[in-house]
Amino acid sequence: MNQEELNNVILRKRKLAYGVHDVWIKNDLIGRQAKPGQFVIVRISEKGERIPLTIAESNGEAFRIVVKAVGKSTYELCSLNEGDILYDVVGPLGKPSEIKYHGNVLIIGGGVGIAAILPIAKALKSAGNNITVIIGARTIQDLILRDEFTFADKLLPTTDDGSFGYKGNVIDAMKIELEKENYNVIWSIGPAIMMKLSSEIATKYNIPIWVSLNSIMIDGTGMCGGCRTVIKTDNSEKIQYVCVDGPEFDGRYVDWDSFIKRLNQYKEQEKLALERYLKEVGEPTWL
Amino acid sequence: MAVKDRVPVPELEPSVRKGNFLEVSQGYTFELAHQEAQRCLQCKVPTCVSGCPVGIDIPGFIKEIVKGNLKKSYEILKSYNYLPAICGRVCPQEVQCEGACVLNKIGKPINIGALERFVADFASQEGFEDEVGRLSFSEGISKELGNAPRKLTDLRSKKVAVVGSGPAGLTAASELGKLGVQVHVYEALHEFGGVLVYGIPEFRLPKEIVKREVLQLETLGVELIKNIPVGYAIHPKELLEKYDAVFIGVGAGTPKFMGIPGSELNGVYSANEFLTRVNLMKAYKFPEYDTPIKVGKRVVVVGGGNTAMDAARSALRLGAQVTVVYRRTEAEMPARRAEIHHAKEEGIEFLFLTNPVRYIGNETGKLVGVECIRMELGEPDESGRRRPVPVANSNFVIEADVVIEAIGTESNRFLLNQFPDLKTNKYGYIVTNEYGQTSIPKVFAGGDIVTGSATVILAMGAGKKAAEGIVKFLVY
Ligand SMILES: Cc1cc2nc3c(=O)[nH]c(=O)nc-3n(C[C@H](O)[C@H](O)[C@H](O)COP(=O)(O)OP(=O)(O)OC[C@H]3O[C@@H](n4cnc5c(N)ncnc54)[C@H](O)[C@@H]3O)c2cc1C
Ligand SMILES: Cc1cc2nc3c(=O)[nH]c(=O)nc-3n(C[C@H](O)[C@H](O)[C@H](O)COP(=O)(O)OP(=O)(O)OC[C@H]3O[C@@H](n4cnc5c(N)ncnc54)[C@H](O)[C@@H]3O)c2cc1C
Ligand code: SF4
Ligand code: SF4
Ligand code: FES
Ligand SMILES: [Mg+2]
Repeated sequence: MNQEELNNVILRKRKLAYGVHDVWIKNDLIGRQAKPGQFVIVRISEKGERIPLTIAESNGEAFRIVVKAVGKSTYELCSLNEGDILYDVVGPLGKPSEIKYHGNVLIIGGGVGIAAILPIAKALKSAGNNITVIIGARTIQDLILRDEFTFADKLLPTTDDGSFGYKGNVIDAMKIELEKENYNVIWSIGPAIMMKLSSEIATKYNIPIWVSLNSIMIDGTGMCGGCRTVIKTDNSEKIQYVCVDGPEFDGRYVDWDSFIKRLNQYKEQEKLALERYLKEVGEPTWL
Repeated sequence: MAVKDRVPVPELEPSVRKGNFLEVSQGYTFELAHQEAQRCLQCKVPTCVSGCPVGIDIPGFIKEIVKGNLKKSYEILKSYNYLPAICGRVCPQEVQCEGACVLNKIGKPINIGALERFVADFASQEGFEDEVGRLSFSEGISKELGNAPRKLTDLRSKKVAVVGSGPAGLTAASELGKLGVQVHVYEALHEFGGVLVYGIPEFRLPKEIVKREVLQLETLGVELIKNIPVGYAIHPKELLEKYDAVFIGVGAGTPKFMGIPGSELNGVYSANEFLTRVNLMKAYKFPEYDTPIKVGKRVVVVGGGNTAMDAARSALRLGAQVTVVYRRTEAEMPARRAEIHHAKEEGIEFLFLTNPVRYIGNETGKLVGVECIRMELGEPDESGRRRPVPVANSNFVIEADVVIEAIGTESNRFLLNQFPDLKTNKYGYIVTNEYGQTSIPKVFAGGDIVTGSATVILAMGAGKKAAEGIVKFLVY
């Protein structure tokens, strides 16, 4: 293998919803090695920051990410076109999900988290599990990948405004489902607040729940400690590094308050970076 | 000039350098280097050499400076040390070569580091760096191959993977590359050099110099591949199948935290994170560069090593008022003396015999203060240094919005977790023999991942020794 073979060219790009883009990137190594639950870190330009993104699918020579534009780097990533090359891509990183036979599995995806649960749900299904998938978004337009879950034993789409599926959010749907059915394990990936709330419910039902933490990262190799998170069990409190010990943890033990506060570390700089970028490029018509 | 005094190395004034990341030490000119070189007594039994972990022929290279034959001088240096421009800048010379120079008895030792750096920089300016680099074999390997040229041909068909591009990996790769071995270097980050690029700041080691050394490797035919996290992207099993030997130089890497209450607050950094943001990601140029950093008005740095000094001086250059707290006294600080001196000159405040016990945050999770306790030195511990013990009821609070912990690193399990057969010691570092060979015969290791965090020159020495071990392993 040499550097040229890992050329990271964008093979395919499709808009899924406003500000949410589905991108296939050529990279033999990641295409071959990626496992469900793992992520890549990309840099878009020479002056770019390192941002982590979940691997939504891989096919031996390329891999797929679904990006939601929330700030400078993701706006910029969404502005790229087929044929463009990503400056740096490193991966796969993080521990793969625990794919094995569990029995009845409830899988919950919210927002872009839907893309993150896709490979996990597929692999769990192949491992013989009976899977129920809850996916949710604000409206039907934002409910991405809803036709890619046909393999699920049960699919429960939800929208806040009721424009598609159940009217309500994924947490409401989760509560109803847990009342009806027994589950051996849960996966829940989406905004931090959603993962926090679903973990609280799982605690009540005493069911293990895997969440994928989206902490702020740099290297992704356990070298900086920036992604650290407090994991609290009954009698211990441990610092864990999300990039190498995770990204998946049992949400029942995550110290959500400090986790969520740490996501806001650079709010002021992030705002400044986006404003400055928009001043430079004008209206982000591509979103 | 009296023999007793050193020829001073020109430096940027503290008031000038405080506001930027320009290299502090400007290095000798030829005239100054020549003057300093003349002070060397050319000892018959040069004690300086025994102080250098790679045993550079110090009087030899200095003599060539006196003669004005800088190419020869560079050849001598390069045959012992693959990275003279770097070691000349960052070695803790006062406890190594210079600490062992006889002139300490009557005055100041020869400024060996500055001379080494001068020769290496000169070689680069004059463009004879690559040519010499290709031809200088290490002594051990030359001996090995001396009477068996056929073995050299054998080696050309061998493939070796080097994991990690810090000083250990770069050195192993260069030694093997010179022999024509097909070497692939895999690096997880987007730049090569390990701590040399992400840890040690520009004002002490300009990144251009590291690039130069890395480019030299390419001229040897070594293939360098970045953005490859070995372990996941390439499984160790695959490495063992595809390569005739493997060298692991992944560094110690993972930062330790004190683990005191408040460690999760915003504004609490490990030195590795703070320095990576600044050095590798150029956060000091935000927003021109995208990576943000919390600069802080008042910064507290915890620790007394090189890493602590680098973090403190970087924070200062970003505009903060900086206090270093260290639990022992200045005499026990492991940092290079020159850096402590520079830090003081630049206006960094030191609180010795002081240790943080708690970080204080506000309701949004931001750091606002560091509660410390005074310490006193008690009985000596295993390391022979007197153990610091807290003084009861001596707590006090320093207002701070950023704290940087620089209290050391431990073994990074990132690769090792995927390599369960590899024998490690109780601290998680890889166990090797003197040639870097591990419990798996075709796997060699060296640098911080074997010794725990040490120095650039020791990591290099280990890379070189392992290259020798690999050559022996490959030809027999
Ligand atoms: C393991 C992991 C997987 C992820 N997978 C996806 C994914 O599949 N799709 C997706 O759209 N997003 C994903 N994210 C989140 C994505 O990394 C951030 O949205 C992105 O970094 C924001 O960068 P920005 O410059 O556009 O926004 P900014 O305005 O800079 O930041 C917006 C918010 O994103 C977070 N963020 C900022 N910088 C980083 C960083 N370096 N690392 C992590 N988070 C950061 C912060 O909470 C911040 O408040 C993932 C994050 C992690 C840790
Ligand atoms: C801030 C700081 C200042 C220092 N100052 C000095 C000084 O002044 N003088 C001195 O002599 N020493 C100094 N040191 C110590 C010195 O830098 C180290 O001892 C030396 O760099 C160790 O070299 P190494 O090759 O073992 O590892 P490193 O330099 O740590 O390099 C290891 C490399 O391996 C890569 N890697 C890790 N895992 C993988 C993987 N799985 N796949 C691919 N690549 C991987 C890493 O990304 C990294 O690039 C300092 C250290 C620090 C942190
Ligand atoms: S390599 Fe380091 S210890 Fe050896 S002579 Fe050079 S500066 Fe001194
Ligand atoms: S010990 Fe000092 S004076 Fe003697 S050869 Fe070495 S550098 Fe020169
Ligand atoms: S991102 Fe640096 S340790 Fe996890
Ligand atoms: Mg950003």
